[in-house]
Amino acid sequence: MDVELLARIQFAFTIAFHYIYPPLSIGIGLLMVVFESLYIKTKKEDYHILAKFWTKIFALTFGIGVVTGIVMEFEFGTNWATYSRYVGDVFGSALAAEGIFAFALESGFLGVLLFGWNRVKPWVHLVSTIGVFLGSMFSAIWIVVANSWQQTPAGYHIVGEGLMARAEITDFWAMVFNPSSVERISHVWLGAFLAGTFLILSVHAYYILKGRYVAISKKAFKITLVVATLASLAQLVAGHASADGVAENQPAKLAALEGHFEKEAAADLYLFGWVDKEKQEVTGLAIPGGLSFMLDQNFETPVTGLNAFPEDERPSQLNAVFQFYHIMIAIGMFLIAITLMGSYLLFKKKLFDKKWLLWVFVFTALLPQIANQVGWFAAEMGRQPWVVYGLLRTDEAFSQAVSANQILFSLILFMAVYTLLFILFVYLLNKKIKHGPYEEAADDDGNDDRPLTKEISEVVTG
Amino acid sequence: METVLGIDYPTWWFLVIGGLFSGYAILDGFDFGAGAWHLFFRKELSRRIALNAVGPVWDGNEVWLVIGGGALFAGFPIMYATLFSSMYIPFMLFLIFIIFRAIAIEFRGKEKMLWWRKLWDICYSISSIMLAFLLGVVLGNVLQGIAIGENFQYQGAGFFEFLNPYAIMTGITTLALFMAHGAIYLLLKTEGRLFAKLTFLLKKGMIFFMVSFAITTLYTLLYIPHLSDDFKSNPVLFAVPVLTFMAIANVPRLANKKNYKLAFFFSSLTISLLLVLVAVELYPNLLFSTVDPKYSLDVYEAASSERSLGIMLLFVAIGGPLVLGYTFFVYRTFRGKVKLDDHSY
Repeated sequence: MDVELLARIQFAFTIAFHYIYPPLSIGIGLLMVVFESLYIKTKKEDYHILAKFWTKIFALTFGIGVVTGIVMEFEFGTNWATYSRYVGDVFGSALAAEGIFAFALESGFLGVLLFGWNRVKPWVHLVSTIGVFLGSMFSAIWIVVANSWQQTPAGYHIVGEGLMARAEITDFWAMVFNPSSVERISHVWLGAFLAGTFLILSVHAYYILKGRYVAISKKAFKITLVVATLASLAQLVAGHASADGVAENQPAKLAALEGHFEKEAAADLYLFGWVDKEKQEVTGLAIPGGLSFMLDQNFETPVTGLNAFPEDERPSQLNAVFQFYHIMIAIGMFLIAITLMGSYLLFKKKLFDKKWLLWVFVFTALLPQIANQVGWFAAEMGRQPWVVYGLLRTDEAFSQAVSANQILFSLILFMAVYTLLFILFVYLLNKKIKHGPYEEAADDDGNDDRPLTKEISEVVTG
Repeated sequence: METVLGIDYPTWWFLVIGGLFSGYAILDGFDFGAGAWHLFFRKELSRRIALNAVGPVWDGNEVWLVIGGGALFAGFPIMYATLFSSMYIPFMLFLIFIIFRAIAIEFRGKEKMLWWRKLWDICYSISSIMLAFLLGVVLGNVLQGIAIGENFQYQGAGFFEFLNPYAIMTGITTLALFMAHGAIYLLLKTEGRLFAKLTFLLKKGMIFFMVSFAITTLYTLLYIPHLSDDFKSNPVLFAVPVLTFMAIANVPRLANKKNYKLAFFFSSLTISLLLVLVAVELYPNLLFSTVDPKYSLDVYEAASSERSLGIMLLFVAIGGPLVLGYTFFVYRTFRGKVKLDDHSY
């Protein structure tokens, strides 16, 4: 296999794995802040217990996020040296801001968040929780700014030629607020909120169904459902804004996402379909002129299609890009439907009687994860053949000095160690969920010294 | 060229990175050092206490790596790209071990079986040792020079070229340095039998460090002449190695007096001064080319534009005190001896 392909596989594998965790941390972090604030305000122990319980799970996702994140930073240099030289001047300041303003804040307060429950005053602890949460939100800002710059470069000029060429920053704020960053940051944040809230919904739905920690789980479920409903609705707006931005700034990518070939013609909106790249056909169910309508509120407006671009400036994996994008949208719609239905039933006070719906919530935890993954795959594969849109091609960006054997070696090691890491994650998550929200676990010899709160006596007696 | 206090931006950024790397080496240094000693502790409780001495802080310490790496990428992208792609294998191994170490720390306490804990103890200790060693290996390669040719392309051949004798020697020295440093950290965090054992281990660690450091120094003077050029042309700089030796000598002296707090300070100072020594040896170069000196990268060739550096220096001026502030806050919260509780590993 050639170096470029291996480098791309390794990057895709390590970033996809990494991206399981930060969204969970951000989403769970939001609810930790909510639970802990409620505890400080109401002094009700239940919220304290919920905050502590989800902090433990947060610790797990955060830890894995950190170690797999270091890999991402290093890989820019190891596998994408030409790219790093090219973008370092621009990309670097975003990464430096991430490190100094976001990541240090996050990790600095993490120690207090995790180990400081008994060592600092409750409000100091809440400040630490908020610090960690804000840090993770800021991290997302800077990373997405850097990525958005690759999609829609702004605030730079090119210096030098050939292998010596590089982008230099001319206007920092134009770089930060490049044409796609605001809507993409919102889109990513909301995706993260959905990933976190749906995990929380899943776990508490499971407890309710199993008759464990029922009262506390109902409280948690209600609060989290409200957040999830708002996030899934807001995601519709943010997602639409993102797509509009792609249409404006990256027409070739939009054409690939939607499977639109004709140079300038009204475009259909496919609900699902299959793209045949050779025949330039999409087979599936479409709203005629739908895409034109979405972009311009007019079914007739022509949309630039793939054929308007030279062959070597179009994404090559058209069907994959199309499918990933449509899976993401389908999941988004499903999340809106299920949260609205849940909220309606909650309002009618019937939610916890619907066992089937709670079961749906148990398994839905996977869907925002899948949507986050496929969404990024669509965004990054749709940008091809460019690594920096219109400026630097992917096949010119990898490290010339690294051989295929070296990458194969590291790729195999990563697969091995990430498999172990994933097993660890699932094992620990399962263990923490089984253990439940209460601090004191059942002793090994079976003595349960938990206080007999109402919900436990419910379980014990019936 | 723009200057602040008479120092140009690339040189400022060189100093910032030096500061970040010092911070990282001091913090993750005791962390790796403590891990390297781990198998010397025999009892389960001792191992647990030793692990929990770094428990609340190891994650935060690695932040310095992320920031240091980011700062290198941002300020000297050409150096970053060239070094990381040239030293592909050691960096990849470093990543694998840093993940593996995190796995070991997390996994260890989750089951009560003795074999389970022993298995993860071994993984934890070996990865700590390898991480310290690999950091030293990369440093050794940087000091010695790398086969960079035209267009910043690495021309070295072979999978294991990074493992040359000098790099192995700097790797061992780094390991020894971190082990001594880690032993002092653990002395601050433990009591009783484990404490007594550590006083004994620290002596061994110091001897290990002195011997390997002496060999590395001799090697450097004899075989890597380009590193002492700066000293020949500017004798004032000779103060740096003198101060370094004095800091090193202070560590066993204070340890004998049982003043471990101050010993830890001097051990940290030693690490900083050793990096200052490295900086002086390198500056204004960042990477020596062993192919032809004309391909060497100095801070000006490797740096980002003045505008970019100016923005980032502003970030550091604002963010730096903040980072120091909450690092201090965290260490103050967890000061004193390790007490195991429900939240421990």
